[in-house]
Amino acid sequence: MEFITVSLLNGLSYGLLLFMLSSGLTLIFSMMGVLNFAHASFYMLGAYFGYTVSQTIGYAPGLILAPLAVGVLGALFEKYCLRRVHHFGHVPELLITFGLSYLILEIVQLVWGRSAMDYRKPEWLDFPAFSIFGTQFPAYRLFTMGVALVMLAALWLLLKKTRIGLVIQAALTHPQAVESLGHNVPRVFMLVFGGGAALAGLAGAVGGAQFVTEPAMAASVGSIIFVVVVVGGMGSLPGAFVASLLIGLMDAFAVGSDRSLADALRFFGMVVNEATFGWVVLKVKISQVAAILPYLLLVLILIFRPRGLLGTREG
Amino acid sequence: MKFALKTMAFSVMLAGASVAFSQSGETVKIAHIDPFSGPFANVGQNQLKSWQFVAERLNANAKLNPAGVKFEVVGFDNKGSPQESLNALKAAVDQGFRYVTQGNGSGAAAAIQDAVNKHNERNPGKEVVYINYAAVDPALTNERCSFWHFRLDADTSMKMEALTSFMKDEKNIKNIYLINQNYAHGQQVAKFFKEGMARKRPDVKIVGDELHPLGQVKDFAPYVAKIKASGADAIVTGNWGTDMTLLVKALNDSGMKVPLYAYYAGVSGTPTALAQGKDMNVSQVAISHSNYTGDLQALRNDFKKKFNDDYYTFQTYLGLRMLSEGMAKAKSTDPVKVATAMSGLRFQGTVGEVEMRKTDHQLQQHMFISKWTKADAKHPYSEENTGFNFAVVKQLEPYVASTPTSCQMKRP
Amino acid sequence: MSARHYEFKPYNIGRWLVWSLFALVLLVAPVVFTSSLSHTMLSQMGIAIIVCLAYNMLLGQGGMLSFGHAVYSGMGSFLAIHTLNAVGKGAFDLPVSLIPLVGGMAGLAFALLLGWVTTKKAATPFAMITLGVGELVWAMSLMFPEFFGGEGGISGNRVTGSKPFGITFGPQIQLYYLIAVYTFVCTALMFAFTRTPLGRILNAVRDNPERVEFVGYDTQKVRFFAFCISGFFAGISGGLGALNFEIVTSEVVGAARSGAYLLFVFLGGATFFFGPILGAILMVLAFVLLSELTKAWLLYLGLVFLFMVMYAPGGIASLIMMNLRVAAFGRLRTLWVSYLGLGLTFLVVLLGAGAMIEMTYHLQINAAMGDQVKYLGIPLHARGLNSWFGSLFVVLTGFGLFELMRRQFAIQWGEIQTEIEKEIKRRETA
Repeated sequence: MEFITVSLLNGLSYGLLLFMLSSGLTLIFSMMGVLNFAHASFYMLGAYFGYTVSQTIGYAPGLILAPLAVGVLGALFEKYCLRRVHHFGHVPELLITFGLSYLILEIVQLVWGRSAMDYRKPEWLDFPAFSIFGTQFPAYRLFTMGVALVMLAALWLLLKKTRIGLVIQAALTHPQAVESLGHNVPRVFMLVFGGGAALAGLAGAVGGAQFVTEPAMAASVGSIIFVVVVVGGMGSLPGAFVASLLIGLMDAFAVGSDRSLADALRFFGMVVNEATFGWVVLKVKISQVAAILPYLLLVLILIFRPRGLLGTREG
Repeated sequence: MKFALKTMAFSVMLAGASVAFSQSGETVKIAHIDPFSGPFANVGQNQLKSWQFVAERLNANAKLNPAGVKFEVVGFDNKGSPQESLNALKAAVDQGFRYVTQGNGSGAAAAIQDAVNKHNERNPGKEVVYINYAAVDPALTNERCSFWHFRLDADTSMKMEALTSFMKDEKNIKNIYLINQNYAHGQQVAKFFKEGMARKRPDVKIVGDELHPLGQVKDFAPYVAKIKASGADAIVTGNWGTDMTLLVKALNDSGMKVPLYAYYAGVSGTPTALAQGKDMNVSQVAISHSNYTGDLQALRNDFKKKFNDDYYTFQTYLGLRMLSEGMAKAKSTDPVKVATAMSGLRFQGTVGEVEMRKTDHQLQQHMFISKWTKADAKHPYSEENTGFNFAVVKQLEPYVASTPTSCQMKRP
Repeated sequence: MSARHYEFKPYNIGRWLVWSLFALVLLVAPVVFTSSLSHTMLSQMGIAIIVCLAYNMLLGQGGMLSFGHAVYSGMGSFLAIHTLNAVGKGAFDLPVSLIPLVGGMAGLAFALLLGWVTTKKAATPFAMITLGVGELVWAMSLMFPEFFGGEGGISGNRVTGSKPFGITFGPQIQLYYLIAVYTFVCTALMFAFTRTPLGRILNAVRDNPERVEFVGYDTQKVRFFAFCISGFFAGISGGLGALNFEIVTSEVVGAARSGAYLLFVFLGGATFFFGPILGAILMVLAFVLLSELTKAWLLYLGLVFLFMVMYAPGGIASLIMMNLRVAAFGRLRTLWVSYLGLGLTFLVVLLGAGAMIEMTYHLQINAAMGDQVKYLGIPLHARGLNSWFGSLFVVLTGFGLFELMRRQFAIQWGEIQTEIEKEIKRRETA
């Protein structure tokens, strides 16, 4: 009982964190069809901006200034670089964001150095929110979960309930028609990209204090947010939400399980020990592979259900 | 006649003296191969500066540098890749370097050791000596041992031997949880710790032996939950870098006060994470600690003043001392003669005499169990400007951590 | 539009010329560049050429963007070195020169194993699957030290087994010539592949998969075959790499290596056959030389890549071919002044920008070593305003002049292109 409750809590909070990281990516991908490889780099920029602001002004202003700064940078990138390669196809778009990620990494290292930054949680959030079965649950994690839910709500409202949301959705599938109706489609795309980048920046400002703010942080979350977007269904926001929760819970429960394939075979009565063929693979415990299960899930989903859990289109 | 005899004797003595110091004044170039760009660049850069700083100090100090040579350390970037290390080695050899040092990563170390062996075999007269200052895979001085390779850091088996010797006297520890990165280093930490503990305190239970993928875990909260559920009263880990920092943060968050025994708690970045916690109970097993006195204290403080970074790689001091003593003994800077002199050499290390064991070229030295404490008058240093440091809890003599070797060294 | 074909009967002189030149360069290169580092680099270039061409089979010819191709070259390396060790222990008798073929078989085997599910879909799902598979293999390579050798990797000795004609492959030069032979043969084979029906249909699958289905071909089968063949050649490259370095560690299956393949094949030019060859040469030069030259090499790489994608998505090869086309119509000499001007002003901008970047890096990394930076022999003072103003001035002037030259060049280029189009139309109707 204790294990299930604690794992549930941990899994949910990690899942919401993943959603916070990948919501911007889903937005950009579903609205523009661009798989933004530099999304994790925007996340990193947000964390560094948040750190700098927290050192000079304070933590809370950082939550507003960092996303703003990153959003502006994202919009400028879209206007001057991404726009140029739109008509070359999807592959060059992906590649240019790939190149951008290298660039941002170098610039961050240049400006802030290569060591980890001491980005701390603010005093007013650094206390245990409650205690469950003897383990404390920090308030900051609760705050992060809250931010993720607010992001979800805001995005959903924006896309479904406002006019600009309608325009964005229309511009994805029928850009010429929307343009002929008088909307400034390039500006819409710029706003969307900037918005996605701003979401990544906010995730960075919040997550940087929870995790480590260092140059390698982009690479460490880079692959997993792609898993979330793809598993959820490319182009689906609720899909990304469901996928991130799924991955979070899977991770938390997998860590708690020390079973292996050898145990499964023993359950069926087979004798499995060091001499068995493939012992090296059979003895691997689920907890040992917990962190790479998302990639396995990615491959399985792409084989059996390429459009993802709730996706509406493939590729 | 007497005067002539005296002059003759005097000039013979002078000639003898000049032969004795024939290597004095020579420049010895050392190639330092490590990552200077990419994710581990900050550690690599810190260590290059450490080598160069100590070289500068020793070049001016006749007592610590009896060979009287001038050390020059130049960096070659291997970007953390074993294959690039081979390119860096080739470049260094092409540029005339006969001494090579490396420490970040046992993968690169194995590649370099192998390449140095082959190079020395295929190019007699152009031998190269490899000083390994931090790659701790025991294989390098066991199955893979080589005459040309000298290791300055204690390998994993030695560190675990030291740790278990210390922990066997901690009576209130009954249940230990192991958590490590799932690759060679982490697997070895777990293996040697379990072996050592089984010998010394068979009553202690290992309630968890966790291996997680390297650098992939973002959230250690489930692991912490598992540790709590197991009822452990001590945690032992060989984690480093982000994995260590995140583990520490997760332990902080959960409010667990269980003592943590770590391997790499003092490396760039981790002290900052430790300082963010409240009353962290962290101890480290290492060949050094934070609060030296005398010359070494001056060295640490001057380094901090110049680079605003901490000097924690004491193997650089040991390495240059060993080279200088070896060169003085061999009366030459020729790598073959120096290697022969260094094999079995005893010299003064940081706190006492150390020995470069002849059988496997593994340095036998003191080990320290140190604890994360707030700086005070007796322990004044401040790691990464946090106001804390690793204060010695126990100093272990070289024989305590000494482990046997299976090395069958082929000597030239 | 029909291009003018030159048909030589019975021998295709153009083709013979180009391939003989290629073989000549391979033969003569180590005689021109004699240092030990050069020989190593030439060997690595040969290896890189094979794997980049194999990668381009997927990217350029098949339109399949793969983020995990290092898996196949890496597994080829691992199996090759295990075989080498087995030969060394006397388990069986295989000449060292055939070990790369073992690597090729390994690459093929893994491509057969993983290829069917990977190639189910094209474009983005394909890229994502390769990403996932790459991450999985890399994570597993660390967990199973029995096969992957843990952190130290697996090492071997290529001076083993039978020694035909007294060739031991101990000296680097002997290994280079082995690699040169493999490079030539593999390049020829891969070029031949582009001329086969499978190669052509692969291009069709890249351009219009739906139509290919309607014509009657199974696009997944076509992609799968191409994937396997590409994996085979990648495995050969891995096997040669195992012989060259005599040690294989888990980095050979890592994401950084896959990323490097992608980056440099794209830089070289994915749309032409010889583009990846250029990319491979650049890759080795960048990793070995550039990083020793400057600490800012990753920054330069990122910038170059960014500008390439924006302004020349066909890579360097496309730039060369565009100019060859202009030359074929006899218009190149009218451009050479503009090119000279562009080149000079660009150099000026580069010098100035380079100075600023180097000073910034110095401030960040070596600040305690004094503020002097040696830049192309000129000492710059990273903290001195003079140096900063000087380089900024150089950059701005250079940039201004570059813009002027560029505008003039663009007009000229546009004129020439229209003339060429007119000429082509004229020849068509004639």
